Amino acid sequence: MTAAFSLHDVTLGYDRHPAVHHLTGSFAAGSLTALVGPNGSGKSTLLKGLMGLMAPLDGRLERNGLRQSDIAYLPQQAEIDRSFPISVIETVLLGHWQTIGLFRPLTRTLRRQAEEALVAVGLGDFGRRPIASLSAGQFQRVLFARMLLQDCPVILLDEPFTAIDTRTTADLLRVVARWHGEGRTIIAVLHDLDQVRESFPDTLLIAREPVGWGATTEVLRAEHLFRARQMAEAWDDRAEVCWRGVA
Amino acid sequence: MDLHAALIQPFIEFGFMRRALAACLALSLGCGPAGTLLVLRRMSLVGDALSHAVLPGAAIGFMIAGLSLVVMSFGGFIAGLVVAGLSGLVARVTPQREDASFAAFYLISLALGVLIVSTHGSNVDLMHVLFGTILAVDDASLLLIVSIATLTLFILAVIGRGLIVECFDPGFLRAVGGPGATVHFVFLVLVVMNLVAGFHALGTLMAVGLMMLPAAAARFWAGEVATLTATSSAIAFASAYTGLLLSYHVNLPSGPAIILVAGGVYIVSVVAGPRGSLWARFLPRRHLEA
Repeated sequence: MTAAFSLHDVTLGYDRHPAVHHLTGSFAAGSLTALVGPNGSGKSTLLKGLMGLMAPLDGRLERNGLRQSDIAYLPQQAEIDRSFPISVIETVLLGHWQTIGLFRPLTRTLRRQAEEALVAVGLGDFGRRPIASLSAGQFQRVLFARMLLQDCPVILLDEPFTAIDTRTTADLLRVVARWHGEGRTIIAVLHDLDQVRESFPDTLLIAREPVGWGATTEVLRAEHLFRARQMAEAWDDRAEVCWRGVA
Repeated sequence: MDLHAALIQPFIEFGFMRRALAACLALSLGCGPAGTLLVLRRMSLVGDALSHAVLPGAAIGFMIAGLSLVVMSFGGFIAGLVVAGLSGLVARVTPQREDASFAAFYLISLALGVLIVSTHGSNVDLMHVLFGTILAVDDASLLLIVSIATLTLFILAVIGRGLIVECFDPGFLRAVGGPGATVHFVFLVLVVMNLVAGFHALGTLMAVGLMMLPAAAARFWAGEVATLTATSSAIAFASAYTGLLLSYHVNLPSGPAIILVAGGVYIVSVVAGPRGSLWARFLPRRHLEA
C-alpha cells in the first residue's frame, strides 16, 4: 500500500524544544486515522508539520508527491473573523479556490455544487445568511461544506468536534465516513475515545513521543493510555541537547 | 436665496469650485473601498499612521523642487511606502505585531516631517500643501487625483477576491496557497496612493479623514462588502459636496469643513443608523416569533 505521508525520525517543535519527538511511520493512502493524546502532546504540531506550515527540526517528512493544494486543513482555532460581512454560500464557494483563484468566474455549475455541499451538511436553507448569525455547530458545518468543495485527496482535521453537540458531530462524522469511502486519506485530532473506537479504524497515540500507532483496538489499550498520561507537560528550560539517532 | 443659487450656482459660476467637486468625486470613489477594507481588516489606525508618514516625503520633495506637484507626490508616495514596508518587515521577521511597528515608524516619519517643515515653515506654499488647498486644485492635480482613483478601482477589481479572503480567513488562503502577502502589500500601496491623492485636496493631516470617517459610518447602514463600499463612497461624496458649499457660503476653510461634515454623518450614523446603532440598542423593536 502506498503512503500519503512517510515520517523518518521526525522531530517538530518550537525554539529547539521538541513537541513531536522522533516519530517514525507512515499514514497509508486512503486510511482514516485518529490522532489521540493528552493536551500538549504534539497533535496539532504534527498536523502543521504534515501541512507544511512548519519544517521539521530533525528527520525527514515525505509528502510523496502531494502538493499543498492536495491537502485540506481544518485548524483547531481558525483565524476566521466570524463578524466579517460574508454570507454562508460565499464562504462555502471559497472551497473552489483551486478552480477559480483570483480571477476566474464562478460558473453556474460551481454555484450548484456549493448549494449541494450545504445540503449535504444539513444547511440547505442557510445560503444567504451572514456567517455572523450562525452558532458554533452551524459554522463548523459550513467549514465542512467548504472542504467538500475542495475535493482534496488528503484531509487534516484538528479537533473538529470540540464544543460541537452530538447531533452535529454525528452528521459530520457521516461526512468523514463518506470521504473515507471515497478513498481519501483522513487524519483527525480527537479526544473522545469512544468515538475513535467506533468510527476510526487506525489510531496514532502520541505523548510527544509516539506511544502506539496502528489498528485502533491495538493502540487504545489500557497500558498505552496509562503511558500517555505520564507525559510531562512543561518543557525543561535546561534540557540537554538530544543526540538520539545521531551516529 | 433660492435652492438653485444655494446648491448649484457656485459650481456653475466658478471653475475652482467645479474642479474641487470633481476632485472630491474622484477621491470618494477611491477612498470608499480603501477605507471599507481598512475598517474590515481592523487597520483603521494604520490609515492614520500612513497619512502622517507621507509628510516628510512631501516636505523633502518641496525642498528639492519647490511647489512641484509631481516631485512632492512622488516624495510622499515613497515615504509612505518606506514606512509601510519597514513596519511590515518588522512584523514579519520579529514577534512584534504590525500595530506596534506601524506606530513606531510613523512617529519617526512624522517627527522628521515636522522637523523639515519647521526649518522651512515660513513658506506659505508649503503650509498650503500640509493643510490642504482643495479650492486651489489645478488641472494637473485634478488629473493626478483622477488617475489615482481610476487605478485604485481597477487594481481593487483585480485583487478584490484575494483581499476579501485574506481579510476573512487568512489561514485558509495560506493553506490553499493563495497570494496572501502579495495582496496585502498591493493593498497598502493603494492606501498610500490614495492618501497622496488626498493630501493635494485636504492636506496630509486630513487626507485620511475622507477615507476613514465614511467607511466607519457605513458600517451602521450596510452589511455586505459591496454595499459597505458603495455607502462609504456615497457618504464621502455627499460630505465633500456639503463641505464645499459650507466653505463657499460661510467662508470656512474647505478641508476641515469637508471632514467635519463627514464627522457629523458618522455621529448621526452611530446614533440612528439601522444596524447596531445606539437607537437600535436602546429602543429595540419587539422580538420575532422565530
